[in-house]
Amino acid sequence: MTPTLQIFLIISAALFSIGLLAALSRRHAIFILIGIEMMLAAANLNFIAFWRFNPGSLQTTGVMVAIFSIAIAAAEAAVGLALVIAVYRHYRTTNVDQLDQLKG
Amino acid sequence: MSKSIDQIFISAKQWLLSWLTGAPDWVIQVASSLINIFTLLAVFLTLFALMSVLERKILGRIQNRYGPNRVGPFGLLQPVADGIKMLIKEDIVPARADKIVHFLAPILIAAAAVLALGVIPYGRNMTPFTIDGGILFFFAVGSTTELAVFMAGWGSNNKFSMLGAMRAIAQMISYELPLIITVLPVVMVVGSLNPDAIVAAQNGYALGLVPRWFVFTPWGATAFILFFVSGLVESNRTPFDVPEGESEIVAGHMTEYSGFKYATFFMAEYIGMFAITGLAATLFLGGWHSPMRALEFLPSYVWFFAKLSALLFVYIWLRGTLPRTRVDQIMNFAWKFMLPMAFTCVIAAAVWHYAGRGLRGWLWSLVVIAIVYTALSILLDARRKFAPRTYRFAE
Amino acid sequence: MSSTAFIVIAILTLAAALAAATLQKLMHAALSFAVALVGVAAFFFSLGAEFVGLVLVFVYIGAVAVLIVFTILLTRRDVGKDRGTNWSGVIVAVAVFGGLIWTILETPSLSAAAPQIPALTVRRIGEALMTNYVWPLQCIGVLLTAALIGALILVMEERR
Repeated sequence: MTPTLQIFLIISAALFSIGLLAALSRRHAIFILIGIEMMLAAANLNFIAFWRFNPGSLQTTGVMVAIFSIAIAAAEAAVGLALVIAVYRHYRTTNVDQLDQLKG
Repeated sequence: MSKSIDQIFISAKQWLLSWLTGAPDWVIQVASSLINIFTLLAVFLTLFALMSVLERKILGRIQNRYGPNRVGPFGLLQPVADGIKMLIKEDIVPARADKIVHFLAPILIAAAAVLALGVIPYGRNMTPFTIDGGILFFFAVGSTTELAVFMAGWGSNNKFSMLGAMRAIAQMISYELPLIITVLPVVMVVGSLNPDAIVAAQNGYALGLVPRWFVFTPWGATAFILFFVSGLVESNRTPFDVPEGESEIVAGHMTEYSGFKYATFFMAEYIGMFAITGLAATLFLGGWHSPMRALEFLPSYVWFFAKLSALLFVYIWLRGTLPRTRVDQIMNFAWKFMLPMAFTCVIAAAVWHYAGRGLRGWLWSLVVIAIVYTALSILLDARRKFAPRTYRFAE
Repeated sequence: MSSTAFIVIAILTLAAALAAATLQKLMHAALSFAVALVGVAAFFFSLGAEFVGLVLVFVYIGAVAVLIVFTILLTRRDVGKDRGTNWSGVIVAVAVFGGLIWTILETPSLSAAAPQIPALTVRRIGEALMTNYVWPLQCIGVLLTAALIGALILVMEERR
């Protein structure tokens, strides 16, 4: 049995849901970032899988989108974690539920 | 005759695999990979043992003493004694350590170091694992080391370990940029990320005499020096060994490791060193090509390991000669000098390519590098005036 | 790729991802996240996109994971306080998973075998990046520079 597109999509869906779980259920800002990164990785897996199972095409679009989204994910992680550190310096917490003041 | 000696290891592997004819396809694949892995491990663990004793001998010569000379002939069995000592030592795990992370760190660091060896061409047809993006694989695996060092520092729950890990990661990340950017000109000129293609591109002789190694072009020479220095930092060697500066922070991230785990760190450091020097030889020194047409009868792997040993000797030589630099000096050097020079190499390689890859290109790229080098040295020369030294006494 | 290896990688990836989402200790979660991404990279390898897999390992393990552990280190005084779980988030995640799985299983055209395609060499990717995708590439360069400067300004100590 060789893996079909369906199996890759199921794995990708599971990975996406786990990322969503981390992003929605945890209260620590870093967990939320990890969840977002995981969802992006799941989306990349989808892109690559659809590219691979696309019959009779020489295009590399799926691969290109995956490469660009990896680069964007890196930028997003850098800025997100810098924000976490800046917020931590200010409030001494990284729990997003406690960051409820509009006043700085 | 010389051809068959050159391919002796390939023939040996074919002979071993011929025992398996008739077996399913995947069995042969797995067996072939296993042969590669075992050969790689055997060769490089032997080299590690040899290197550890030779380093002490050479350091001894540099420092005007004998070095180890008690165990076996000329002290050559010293690594065996060391290994036995390491094995029977007690393995201490700190009570408040993060046990899982503390345990996994040496495994990860050794695995990363060994994996990086897999893509280097050791001789004609002697690349253990051919990947189209071999150079990228090398650096992708190498970047795992940072995480492993951090795990060691964090898992030990010790302030010396943490400080050492922070220093190590700071300098590794800073020098990873020049390390990778100095590879770019080679990749650009060859047009491939495959180590085999890079070695093949350095075949032949200019004017029938000088080998076409990239180190003999201005951009190649500059990139080679930058790559070598960055490699020195990546493997935490003197003069860049602040992460484990004994006089300051005991042994850095390895402080809380003992027995065989410590030996694993030690081994990973040396194997990482072999990998980075091997890559330097592949990229700039023509890989397994011989330097002269008259010497081509020697097998290709002899040339590769000769270049590797020469580079390793320079590592030891530097260790015996230079004092340790300060952390801020290392960082300033990376960001203010190494990085601009690395970018200059890329530009100089482009100039070399578009000026026809001949003498004209050679001179033009030399001009580019000389201009940037002079500008940088004028800009960075602070000419700091030191105030006359004053003393403050306790009152 | 043989199905055994595929199943092993799938289980490892999903287990590591689940560990990253649920473990109590942040550091363990971050390291599990790194393992999960290595698993994703292995899937990329099995799908024939070796270059993307290597880029993924390089960027995520070499940069993102190190950034995450650094952030954990810099904010570690906070560790140990309330680590409650938001149960409504769990319900939403499970609902999304159910919906996605239902959609995938209901779509009939997804069980086709993989067609034969030419190998994705680095050369092909490079040519595509330098011809059709040169503007996105430049934009990514600008974006990364902006992110670099932005992150630096955010974490710089405020001068008083």
